[in-house]
Amino acid sequence: MKTDELIRAMTADASRRSMPLDTACRLAGALAIVLAAAAFMVTLGPRPDVLASLETVRFVFKFVVTLSLAASAFALLRILARPGAETRGYLPWLAAAPLLLAVAVTFELFAVPSSHWASRLVGVNSLVCLTFIPLIGAAPLVLFLLVLRHGAPTRPMLAGAVAGLLAGGLAAAFYAAHCPDDSPLFVATWYSIAITGLAVIGAFIAPRIVRW
Amino acid sequence: MNGRSERELADLLRIAIAGDERCYAAFLDGVSVLVRAYVRRKISHGGVDPEDVVQETLLAIHLKRHTWRPDEAVLPWVYAIARFKLIDAFRRRGRRIEIDVEDIAETYAQPEVETVSDRDIGRALDTLAPGQRSVVAAISVEGRSIEETARQFGMNETAVRVALHRGLAAIARRFGQD
Repeated sequence: MKTDELIRAMTADASRRSMPLDTACRLAGALAIVLAAAAFMVTLGPRPDVLASLETVRFVFKFVVTLSLAASAFALLRILARPGAETRGYLPWLAAAPLLLAVAVTFELFAVPSSHWASRLVGVNSLVCLTFIPLIGAAPLVLFLLVLRHGAPTRPMLAGAVAGLLAGGLAAAFYAAHCPDDSPLFVATWYSIAITGLAVIGAFIAPRIVRW
Repeated sequence: MNGRSERELADLLRIAIAGDERCYAAFLDGVSVLVRAYVRRKISHGGVDPEDVVQETLLAIHLKRHTWRPDEAVLPWVYAIARFKLIDAFRRRGRRIEIDVEDIAETYAQPEVETVSDRDIGRALDTLAPGQRSVVAAISVEGRSIEETARQFGMNETAVRVALHRGLAAIARRFGQD
């Protein structure tokens, strides 16, 4: 087939249209929230004192850090799914959540005597955390990888990692409503391990399923 | 035809996405000129057939045109796809290359004169299932319309459109494997 013949075939195929990538991204984002919420409510549910806890800084901060990770990863994912889109303006935002967390850890180290650091870090719920953040994030990760498949990422491994961070941030925000460990020391340790796990899985899978 | 400008191509693609086949053909034609110039500049010696990369890029543009945002420039999108396909072609042939982003900028300015390749890659068609192959060949090589093709094979037009679309997607996948 010559190139102009190929063009003829593609022109005849012009009426066939796919969902715009932006629409697919928004749809996947909304669906991911619904699925993560469902998985959370079925398996864990919020802790009994969830409303009263909203008045404590440490509890609220868990949502600030996880949601800022999810928001920055979502913005970056939309860029990475599109060829030629400029990532430079978005990539630094990914550092927002880790920086917030670092600041919170610093405050915590000043606020809490050093004899309590270890118990705060270990917490009581680390295994639940390591189990349920990936579990709640699994369906969102699948959705975001499908979005990448629908798109055309020129850096599929990076895009897959960002999809994992997004799924992890979202799952962690739900999980935070259940977990009784509110110390930034706990969040910085166990949440980070769980979310990084999802990012690694995303980075591993994306190049294999996103072929275009 | 000479290389078209960013603005012309963006306008053509916008109208094409709204359903205009003639604008779409003009868009793909204009893009093929630019991509051919770009790819030929990057491939200095053997190993990779430039026209293969042009066709792979055009197919990717076609199958992924929903990733272009109508409010954005079209050429950075086109060249990002061409660059991705070029690197992919080199990678498959076990070679590493470096492409500077700056190199792309000069391509905007001076598209080369088009020379149509006579190369025939019937092998892309050969890999298709027989039904898809006859539909794609009728439309591309023989230049028939969807209606004529439907009549010729006693199919309805929807089935022809489906076979054509799947055939093109299959060719794109096949490209990535050899």
